[in-house]
Amino acid sequence: METLEHIIAEHPFFAGLESYYTNLLTGCASNVRFDAGTYIFKEGEEANEFYLIRAGKVALEIFAPQRKPVMLETLGEGDVLGWSWLLPPYQWRFHAHAVETVRAIALDGKCLRTKCEENHDLGYEILKRFARIMEQRLEATRFQLLDVYAVRR
Amino acid sequence: MTMTTAATTDPMLPQPYSVRQVVKETADTFTLTLEPPNGAGGNRFQPGQFSMLWVFGVGELPISISGDPAERDRLVYTVRSVGQATHALVSREVGDAVGVRGPFGTGWPVEKAQGRDVLVIAGGIGLAPLRPVIYEVLHNREKYGRLVVLYGARSPRDLLYRKELAAWARQRETQVLVTVDYGGLSWRGHVGVVTTLFKYARLQPARSLAFACGPEIMMRFVARDLETHGLARENIYLSMERNMKCGVGFCGHCQYGPHFICKDGPIFPYDRMRPLLDKYEI
Repeated sequence: METLEHIIAEHPFFAGLESYYTNLLTGCASNVRFDAGTYIFKEGEEANEFYLIRAGKVALEIFAPQRKPVMLETLGEGDVLGWSWLLPPYQWRFHAHAVETVRAIALDGKCLRTKCEENHDLGYEILKRFARIMEQRLEATRFQLLDVYAVRR
Repeated sequence: MTMTTAATTDPMLPQPYSVRQVVKETADTFTLTLEPPNGAGGNRFQPGQFSMLWVFGVGELPISISGDPAERDRLVYTVRSVGQATHALVSREVGDAVGVRGPFGTGWPVEKAQGRDVLVIAGGIGLAPLRPVIYEVLHNREKYGRLVVLYGARSPRDLLYRKELAAWARQRETQVLVTVDYGGLSWRGHVGVVTTLFKYARLQPARSLAFACGPEIMMRFVARDLETHGLARENIYLSMERNMKCGVGFCGHCQYGPHFICKDGPIFPYDRMRPLLDKYEI
């Protein structure tokens, strides 16, 4: 049987992380599942965790008044969902909608923040990994804003 | 380069082909099948080459061949109607005449890809010049490793060749991933730019060859990210586009730095294009 620690160590987000740290993370982790069509979290709610997606697809949506929600991006197997747990005011900025059944590892943000404060090496490892994700998503958003396939007349 | 009868006689003289079929792919994009005079065969082309298509009385356009290289009795082109000449071209009806010069230019280096994984990255109508590569790999499956097709479009309604995409995805050793920049809530596929698909591609970067076609800025993002994912610059190929007129390197309209896109390209290795791609207004 796969242990939580093994699953965390095998997830691309934590690739190469020393076993000492994956052991620390495991204390904050749990297995979760979201049925297709359900919301994992909604904008404005307290952000107390993040998710290592193992299977399924999640749509990040933003609510616009008098419009249907706008789908900004999808995330899937091997992706990490959520960084609002990391920075005040610890509130979600988007909706996360399971468009397929999602299996994931949830990591408790409060638990992890405490461990990062106690162990700055762990905190730095985690911050480096989230900074990389933030950089990739910022770059993708800039690319998306260019609307490169629109007709230029 | 393999040339048709038309090109070997006089590359500047269009041959009158007739329209056999027009298929509407999206609201503004159509696929035209042309057949040569008297139904003659022998239309050889390399995946990635283009033709100059004359709409008599309107003008001439460089259009990449999007058909199957094995089907030598026809030439197939996918055209987006964005101006007067392209609108006139896609408005041709079955039996109408279209002048054809070519095929011209370099092709995708499919021989170099033999024995390796093949990564096809297309954006928008950039899938059209890459479709012949996909046919080539699928017809000669034993010669190639995995085939991974990553395709990005603006929205679900802008996707080309939807049935074929689904059919390719069912082939062995083939992975097809499609994404759109703007997905409606009814869309169940990926949303995000094409580079966000790289992390899902199942291939070995060190033994892969990548072929990319789309808007130039998209290819800049793609090539940069491919390098990050471990592909060597010399194993990344791009299809460049400029205002081509003569098609054979005489007129200079398509000059891009030291290159004539029509004759030296349109397919170039990224290591040759990289110094030019970052230059402003070249």
